Amino acid sequence: MFWRMVKGALFRQKGKMLMIAFTIALGASLATAMLNVMLDVGDKVNQELKTYGANINVMPKGASLLDDLYGVAEGSGVSDQYLKESELGNIKTIFWAFNIVDFTPYLDTKVKLNSQDGEVKLIGTWFQHHLDLPTGESLDTGMKNMKSWWDVSGQWLTDQDEASAMVGSLIAGRNDLQVGDTIEIEVGGQTKKLTVKSIFNAGSDEDEQIYVPLQIAQELTGRAGQISRVEVSALTTPDNELSRRAAQNIKSLSIKEYEIWYCTAYVSSICYQIEEVITDSVAKPIRQVAESEGAILEKTQLLMLLITILSLVGSALGISNLVTASVMERSREIGLLKAVGAHNSPISWLVLTEILVTAVVGGVVGYFAGLGFAQLIGHSVFGSAIEIKPLVIPLVAVLVALVTLAGSIPSIRLLLSLRPAEVLHGR
Amino acid sequence: MNLLKLKDISKIYGSVKALQNIDLQVSQGEWLAIMGPSGSGKTTMMNIIGCMDKPSNGSVVLDGMNIAKESAKSLTNIRRDKIGLIFQQFHLINYLTALENVMVAQYYHSMPDEKEALQALERVGLGDRAKHLPSQLSGGEQQRVCIARALINYPMLILADEPTGNLDETNEKIVLDIFKQLHQDGSTIIVVTHDPEVAEEAQRTVVLEHGRISRIVRNEK
Repeated sequence: MFWRMVKGALFRQKGKMLMIAFTIALGASLATAMLNVMLDVGDKVNQELKTYGANINVMPKGASLLDDLYGVAEGSGVSDQYLKESELGNIKTIFWAFNIVDFTPYLDTKVKLNSQDGEVKLIGTWFQHHLDLPTGESLDTGMKNMKSWWDVSGQWLTDQDEASAMVGSLIAGRNDLQVGDTIEIEVGGQTKKLTVKSIFNAGSDEDEQIYVPLQIAQELTGRAGQISRVEVSALTTPDNELSRRAAQNIKSLSIKEYEIWYCTAYVSSICYQIEEVITDSVAKPIRQVAESEGAILEKTQLLMLLITILSLVGSALGISNLVTASVMERSREIGLLKAVGAHNSPISWLVLTEILVTAVVGGVVGYFAGLGFAQLIGHSVFGSAIEIKPLVIPLVAVLVALVTLAGSIPSIRLLLSLRPAEVLHGR
Repeated sequence: MNLLKLKDISKIYGSVKALQNIDLQVSQGEWLAIMGPSGSGKTTMMNIIGCMDKPSNGSVVLDGMNIAKESAKSLTNIRRDKIGLIFQQFHLINYLTALENVMVAQYYHSMPDEKEALQALERVGLGDRAKHLPSQLSGGEQQRVCIARALINYPMLILADEPTGNLDETNEKIVLDIFKQLHQDGSTIIVVTHDPEVAEEAQRTVVLEHGRISRIVRNEK
């Protein structure tokens, strides 16, 4: 009889129950969308931030020491130590290999431009380099990805361009250079003619530099297979107290703390792992970038969490109002049940069961609608799909159950206070 | 033998004295009518006898038990086991069929029995309307469902509040015939009514005025 009553209430009062199911579905869909986005927003925001450049700088130990002591690290002649180009592929073999988005090597040297007295900086690098990894995978990486914000007139170089260069806008302006012009560079008694393939505006010191493929710079400097430094763009977890302690002194960590730190994508642990695979290297986070990324990520996640909580609170209020209104409408029916001998608990169970069955229907519909909303947010905000997290299913189920129960409390209280004489006879 | 004994009953709502010093005894198998103008205390008296309210003063002894002193939970049990309630507004559950409305009373009393519920509907002439929703039944049919529900658990006292108040003459006659049959079968019936014709069918009529019994009339029929 209990289920006949529940069935009757559900199927013969479709309008009312659909309204409650709709409110629950709305809350569940918002929770599903927000939780999925919140759990994926870290990677998404990180990916977005990666388009603004590297967050890790890898250099030889000697150059790092000079940088620490005197603030100079770049350019040949400052340090005689170099990294090996052949080891670069190892960066993609570390524990957090999948978090390494891009990297590019640099070989810096000073050259004379068009036989002028002053020197300008010439940098050899990868533009879009195809790399076959020791793991059997392959990767295309280089400056074109790392410096995506550069304003380039002309075309990006390729690694096969042997007689072309990208010239910084300040040098081009001073020397009245246009795309297609030829420049002559001189280094160590060697001269080489290069065609200006593009002029770029980076809005920084880089506008005073000339970029050529790494192989050209190595030939000009006689440093085949050597590089001065590497810039790495990695997806990282925001720093916390543990990562700061590790960055200061790794030996201060206990074995358990070390394992946690090593197995978390902190910028410091990624740096540590890079140092393990590149001989005589020091990897340092570009602090300003790393910390800004962490702060943005934390704020974005907090915002998503607040929206999720607010949407659930709104949903609870909506359910509470609807259920209370429904119980008030059914006060005569409930009074009648009490009059024929029903106690408070069976009536409460009856009403709760009706609401919970409605909540299950609303929750399931809301979950799938929420997945749709999440994809909508993913494509409109980040331009890519949001990964569906299975963890969200139990979370949403528990949230819907809690919100439905919390929203039902006022109506249950009202129901318990109903006296049959009052509702049946108005006294 | 007295089934019901009201002694010095009063009911006061704030400054309003709904009932004052009521003394009344109802024998087992008796048909009693309670009459009176609006506001005379008829419904209050019915609520007290029907265990839906408690008196402010006095005692109400039903089947040897003083129900004026019982808890709300105990009153619910007494209502369930000993009283059958019939309402002017029928108070059927609109999403349940006629049969299910009768079975609801069985469910909260003991065990629902569809066959027995159907027999109760047949007894009031509604065997063929068992699967209909209240909205598909006429007022008279709804009242008969309400009577079937009141009778299903074999109560020792049937309390009817204006049972013909919302019915036309034909349905009024049908309902009164059912009451006559119940009375002949030995049921104790208390009917609250405005209608003198309904009251005349009872053995005694208690007339209330301003919360007091103004007179008790023994009917000749």
